[in-house]
Amino acid sequence: MNDTSQSFVKFEKIDKSYDGEVLVVKNLNLDIAKGEFVTMLGPSGSGKTTTLMMLAGFETPTNGEIFLDTKPISKIPPYEREIGMVFQNYALFPHMTVAENLSFPLEVRKISKPDIKEKVQKALDMVELGNFGTRFPAQLSGGQQQRVALARALVFEPRLVLMDEPLGALDKNLREQMQYEIKHIHDRIGITVVYVTHDQSEALTMSNRIAVFNDGVVQQLSTPDILYEKPENSFVAKFIGENNTLNGVVKEINGSSCIVDLDNNQGTIKALKINVNEVGEKTQLSIRPERVSINDGNNEENSFTGKIEELIYLGDHIRARLDVCGNNEFIVKVPNEGNFSHKEGDTLNLSWNSEDVRALDI
Amino acid sequence: MEVTISTAELLTTDGIPLKQSLRKAERRNKLRAFLLVFPLLLFIFVTFVMPIGDMLLRSVDDSQINSVFPNTFDEYKNWDKGADELPPEEVYKSLFFELANGDKRQIGKALTRMNYAKSGWKSLIKKTTREIKKIVKKGEEPVSYKDTFININKLWADPTYWYSFNQMVKDRSSIYYWNALDRTFDEEGDVVLQDEKRRMYIKTWLRTFKVSVYVTIFCLILGFPVAHLLANLPLRYSNLLMIFVLLPFWTSLLVRTTAWIVMLQQNGVINGILVWLGVISDDGRIQMVYNEVGTLIAMTQILLPFMILPLYSVMRVIPKSHMRAAQNLGAKPVTAFLRVYLPQTIPGISAGGLLVFVLAIGYFITPELVGGKDGKLIGSWIAYHLKTTLNWGLCAALGAILLGIMLIFYWLYNKIVGIDNIKLG
Repeated sequence: MNDTSQSFVKFEKIDKSYDGEVLVVKNLNLDIAKGEFVTMLGPSGSGKTTTLMMLAGFETPTNGEIFLDTKPISKIPPYEREIGMVFQNYALFPHMTVAENLSFPLEVRKISKPDIKEKVQKALDMVELGNFGTRFPAQLSGGQQQRVALARALVFEPRLVLMDEPLGALDKNLREQMQYEIKHIHDRIGITVVYVTHDQSEALTMSNRIAVFNDGVVQQLSTPDILYEKPENSFVAKFIGENNTLNGVVKEINGSSCIVDLDNNQGTIKALKINVNEVGEKTQLSIRPERVSINDGNNEENSFTGKIEELIYLGDHIRARLDVCGNNEFIVKVPNEGNFSHKEGDTLNLSWNSEDVRALDI
Repeated sequence: MEVTISTAELLTTDGIPLKQSLRKAERRNKLRAFLLVFPLLLFIFVTFVMPIGDMLLRSVDDSQINSVFPNTFDEYKNWDKGADELPPEEVYKSLFFELANGDKRQIGKALTRMNYAKSGWKSLIKKTTREIKKIVKKGEEPVSYKDTFININKLWADPTYWYSFNQMVKDRSSIYYWNALDRTFDEEGDVVLQDEKRRMYIKTWLRTFKVSVYVTIFCLILGFPVAHLLANLPLRYSNLLMIFVLLPFWTSLLVRTTAWIVMLQQNGVINGILVWLGVISDDGRIQMVYNEVGTLIAMTQILLPFMILPLYSVMRVIPKSHMRAAQNLGAKPVTAFLRVYLPQTIPGISAGGLLVFVLAIGYFITPELVGGKDGKLIGSWIAYHLKTTLNWGLCAALGAILLGIMLIFYWLYNKIVGIDNIKLG
């Protein structure tokens, strides 16, 4: 997938600065294959929207070049890029009906009237709004507006569709429903999608690959499962999913694993060596809550105790906040199997596999 | 399936009909709301509704003269113009006594009114009254009142004077409206054009329209880009620029207008600069003030904020993403502007346009000062008749026509754009 000859969209050494002092995007290299659904995920101000705007043509890269279908596109104005885009607040034109909104991109392309009519109807049917053509955007609900925006971005058969936090304005239920709809439409028509969001569950649900942005740099670019299970640095580990951290110093390195002395003499942990290079380096260990098991305390490696600080009943599981090795924000998810009888203040025996502990940067 | 609708009245928990209970609860709120707006309502009624009503009444009122010469006018109505050249003896007789015994001030007012109908009435009656009083003093009773009048002044044998009574014999008259449109009544009571020398209102009306339309267009052309800039700059800069837009409001209208005279006159700043630059010769200084050009320039500048503010308030809420979306969809910037941005500014354009036009059509001080003879608008005539000729009936008619035109425009606007679309900020 990283082969240049195959990549449909290619960011090459992209830098972007607005004021000449701060780089909003730093040395971005990103390849997107045809038909792929790639999400740029990151906190606000991480450079993901700027990257999208550069691709759409509304911002120019300060350095580097973007290739679309192997052709550089810096010199092509936005209206000739043939890239569809769904804007954050939909940007539907309020003075036009839904059908007029959809025929706008076709009319400016001088497509014949009957063809326009057919394409518009097809696009409306695709988002299940076949009878809404004569309505004005203000007469539609948020979810319907969202679908119209999606249909409008697809109706002129662009080479690529960009989506800038398109579901941000919807309530939770509708957002989840729309995630599936967008994913299904993508699966059905096989168009390349670049999607921007700050919502990790949205990214995990929809994407083929996710690029995690922070501070203008892509921290990790991977499929959702790898991103969750094998984060390569502490930012990704913290940003994607829930994560327990323990700080320490590398004591010993043995091939792909390492031994870490926890701070304040809280013990020693065996972990996978991911983002540490030498003995004596400070490191942050990352363990997913669901990989911590509660047992009777006779596990041979990585066996610890934790005092229950807080228990929260969540139906399918019980969320326990423990004090483990000096970290009182240590979360364990206990499956609700009907036999958990501990109270706050009790001490639990915990253990985990050393493959589930990742030694990352700090 | 049959649906049964309960016809029983809904009751509250206490068993009172729901509607009645609701009315009771609402009454207090309504009363409070009414009391809050009442002072303003009263103020508006006294200072706005009543004067306008009075103006409309005054524009058709002709009762004063009827109260001064009631008998004369009654007798006058019996005159068969086809049969007799002059009115019958009774008309002269009634006039004789009404002039002899009438209140001097009231007669004076009536004479002014008669002079509008036919110039010459005033001096004729004044002279005649003097002679009549002498006759009454002597205690003589004329044999023929008609001959007495004609002996006093032979103009009394001129039927055209008597014909002009025609337009005054009713309590209500449309003469002021016809005058405001360069029309008058002929001896038969038909509407005819005024003498060529006295036709000035139609010309002024047309000029008022022309100037108002031009000022509106110029304000739009100049104001649109400024409003767009204001709406799209960061708030820090746009607030500063907004002060410049509003600055004129804080300067006296008179100061601004005289400033334009200084700028535009033949020995003024602009001509000076043009001569200095060699664009025009010293003899070819351009006449830019005391004519229509001056009126246009000064009024455009003065009314510009009224165009910018509604435009700005509309443009500020148009998301910037719309222009981007349009371009992203394949529209060139010009197309995107014309098809996506411009239609969304229509509420602002029409609100600003209506505001500027309505203000311009009734504008007075600026055209009066910089307009000269060719640049005066209808407002100047209203002021002239109000202060100089004291022809308040004509003033009222001119004002009422102005009001009517504005209402027509408002109606048209509502038909075409819809008054709900108006946006002033």
